[in-house]
Amino acid sequence: MPPHDMGRHCSSLEMMSAAAGQILRLLLLFSICFACMRTSAVHAAEVRVGNGVDFAAAVAKAAAGDRIIVPNGVHTAIDVKIDKPLEITGQAGATLDGKGKSQILIISAGNVVIRGLTFIRSGMSYVSDNAAIKATGISDLKIENCSFRDNFFGIYLAKSSNCIVRNCSFKASGRLESSSGNGIHQWYCRNSVIENNTIAGHRDGIYLEFSRNAIIRGNKSLNNIRYGLHFMFSDSCAYRDNLFQENGAGVAVMYSKFITMTGNIFRQNWGPAAYGLLLKEIADSHIERNRIEGNTTGLYADGCNRNTIHFNTFHRNGWGVKIYANSSQNNFKDNNFLSNTFAVSTNSSSLQTNVFDANYWSEYTGYDLNRDGFGDAAHHPVRLFTILIERQPTSLILLRSLFIDLLDAAERALPVLTPQTLADAHPRMKPKQ
Amino acid sequence: MITIEHLCKSYGKTRALGGVSLTIPSGGVTAIVGPNGSGKTTLIKSILGLVKPDSGVITIAGKSINNSDDYRAGIGYMPQIARFPDNLDAVSAIELVKSLRGYPADCDERLIDALKLRPHFGKPLRALSGGTRQKVSAVIAFMFRPAVVILDEPTAGLDPLSSSRLKDHIIEMKASGAAILLTSHIMSEIEELADSIAYLLDGSIIFHEPVASIIGKSGERTLERAIARRIENGKELL
Amino acid sequence: MNALWKVARFTATDIFRSKWLPVYTVFFFLIAEGLFRFSGDSGQALVSLTNITILLIPAASIIYGALYFYGAREFIELLLAQPVGRKPLFTGLFSGIAGALGGGFLIGTGLPCLLHGTADDRITILAILSIGVMLTLIFVALALLVAVRSDEKVRGVGICLGLWLAFAILYDGLIWLVLALFADYPLERAAIVMTTLNPIDLGRVGIMLRLDIAALMGYTGAVFEQFFGSRVGFTLTSGAMLAWIVAPFMLALRSFSRKDF
Repeated sequence: MPPHDMGRHCSSLEMMSAAAGQILRLLLLFSICFACMRTSAVHAAEVRVGNGVDFAAAVAKAAAGDRIIVPNGVHTAIDVKIDKPLEITGQAGATLDGKGKSQILIISAGNVVIRGLTFIRSGMSYVSDNAAIKATGISDLKIENCSFRDNFFGIYLAKSSNCIVRNCSFKASGRLESSSGNGIHQWYCRNSVIENNTIAGHRDGIYLEFSRNAIIRGNKSLNNIRYGLHFMFSDSCAYRDNLFQENGAGVAVMYSKFITMTGNIFRQNWGPAAYGLLLKEIADSHIERNRIEGNTTGLYADGCNRNTIHFNTFHRNGWGVKIYANSSQNNFKDNNFLSNTFAVSTNSSSLQTNVFDANYWSEYTGYDLNRDGFGDAAHHPVRLFTILIERQPTSLILLRSLFIDLLDAAERALPVLTPQTLADAHPRMKPKQ
Repeated sequence: MITIEHLCKSYGKTRALGGVSLTIPSGGVTAIVGPNGSGKTTLIKSILGLVKPDSGVITIAGKSINNSDDYRAGIGYMPQIARFPDNLDAVSAIELVKSLRGYPADCDERLIDALKLRPHFGKPLRALSGGTRQKVSAVIAFMFRPAVVILDEPTAGLDPLSSSRLKDHIIEMKASGAAILLTSHIMSEIEELADSIAYLLDGSIIFHEPVASIIGKSGERTLERAIARRIENGKELL
Repeated sequence: MNALWKVARFTATDIFRSKWLPVYTVFFFLIAEGLFRFSGDSGQALVSLTNITILLIPAASIIYGALYFYGAREFIELLLAQPVGRKPLFTGLFSGIAGALGGGFLIGTGLPCLLHGTADDRITILAILSIGVMLTLIFVALALLVAVRSDEKVRGVGICLGLWLAFAILYDGLIWLVLALFADYPLERAAIVMTTLNPIDLGRVGIMLRLDIAALMGYTGAVFEQFFGSRVGFTLTSGAMLAWIVAPFMLALRSFSRKDF
């Protein structure tokens, strides 16, 4: 090894120890700060809105770290800027009214806490994304137990990190996509937690773009105009135990990797372009233990690779799974396909690299003579009629016709059009519990 | 009394009845005789309303039967083949006819015992022999004391005892003033029961005469031979 | 009307006492019970039940209806020799046969449905049961129409089989052919009209609206759903179904009234 390389090696070692010292010092500083904050919180002043002090004046009057108490009643709040750490608490019935003009709260400081408030009427606009609460470039915002009624956007978080939205409800009554905003909107955010909220009547219930490490759990997103959840270019996010029901187009997850989707319910998203779960260019993600039920298309996969789809239940969808030939190496295992009009549909009979194994298919008619719990003959979930429908959609009117059943039977005996490589070699005899 | 005037009926191109006129008096038995396909059944069924004649008039007791159902309350009919719904018993069948006729008071159920039908009452009708079913049919025909009785081969398939009991009943009905119309292939039976004979051939009545006159004119000893002689002579005439 | 009711009751009793009807009823019972028990999902059970209902009821009704009429011909003649009108007698006969078959189906299928059907399935089950009964009425009427018009039993039963084959399979093949040949044209309306002209298709679509609503909301399916699911569509299809009962029945009644026995 040449000497100057040795030297460089040594210097990097030194640098490392220096960096360690730096981190230690930082940690110390941080804990002191934290302690200070705690003590300051104890001594924080309370500023009450009322008696001639309106909400904006109260915010202006309050010092960093103060608590603002908003009493019962409707208080006008238009573009109120929060530029210092504050805790804003609403008493029962406390409402901030944006009068349909612009935004209500504009947050530009970290460590803001907002609790127990009702936000109404942030202004609809075709040019700017007016929100009841907009936060840009901040961290550690916490919004809890708030209610949002008839706002354009509910909460809009941009370039922010470690924000929490919890136990809030959002209700809007937009009719058109263009004239209504999203319930919870995130753009370039890190480490958000969105939990136990109920969102209805917005454009998208929850919208994420260019975000990382978000956790979305226990939310109910219902009757939104477009997507219950809309997810773009946001890697390494997880959503669990949410309910997405009767949204205009279901849930769309696009252009992302390393997503975990577990325990969600996707239900009754009806329409020609409605999906329980639409996956577009999703890779290396886990879709497990979800219940996908009563959707026109349960799971739609377009350009998706190396995903695992395990332990899900597809129940009474029009199409259980629509998987396009540009999707490869996806693994469907231990799922229950129950009473879907069409269990699986695909647009190509060419070689499939997607694996279906050990799923339960309610329409499977084979036997299990060796009693190992799996049918003795492989199940081919793509019916001839599924393919005919793709070519000639009007023939859907012949669904369940004896004529079609005979065609299907003939195709099973002498396969021509259906993909023989798309088969479940070990179809379960009983649904996977 | 039944009066039939100029009765015509064709099935497609086949002529079944070509202008039949006939009077069947009350208090007498009129037999219709003729080869198979001569129109006997069509004639009977026309009276019953089972066949709709092309033209001609049928009156019973002075009333035209056209487009009416009620006149059949006065008719008892015993078809050639007695078949009933398989799974019910004779009582249900009799009961159905009774109820369709509105449960007339004073039903004549003597034939049930005379024909020893009661032991068969519990059995499903499909289990009964042809003769027994024939007896059920006879009971139904006479039960309502009809003024007109139409019997199509009534004794075919009956045992001698039942047959003679049935004949007794027919004679009794005649005595009580009923108009009785009978078809049979058994000439001795006709000789025994009938007062007059209408001979039907290709849908036309060749002759209608009292039995005594037919036998007397021919010089033969039996009715069967008398009719045969008459037909042969007729052929020569034709 | 009185005679109608008496003949209907008598006929129905006769059929109920036959070996055939218990077999029919028990068959539906076992099939429905088995499907509910062994299907992983009540939806799948209902799908299979629909298939059997649509397949078997028309076949059984048209064949049995014709056979019953041929078997009862002599007795019908005996009844016609009583002071009874032809119309009430025929209507009673039709009601008796259809009532017995419909009753057998309702009992056989209805019991397992009551036992196993979930609240969600209630309307679907109702749809299956009522469509089964309507198909019974339609195909018994068709059977009687054929049997009244054709005195030859073998020929009549052959025509009935042919009718069933046409309605159950061939007609749908024809629709499929039309849809495939004219694929470049918008054919949704044509498909709806063609469907309305076949009672089995009407029944099938009626149940499809319940079981496959999710699929019907996709593609051109939405057009079907909009039509058949709307009040107008429901009225029209119910009307068509009713016409399919009334028309063959009235034709058969007319033939029966004019018939020479």
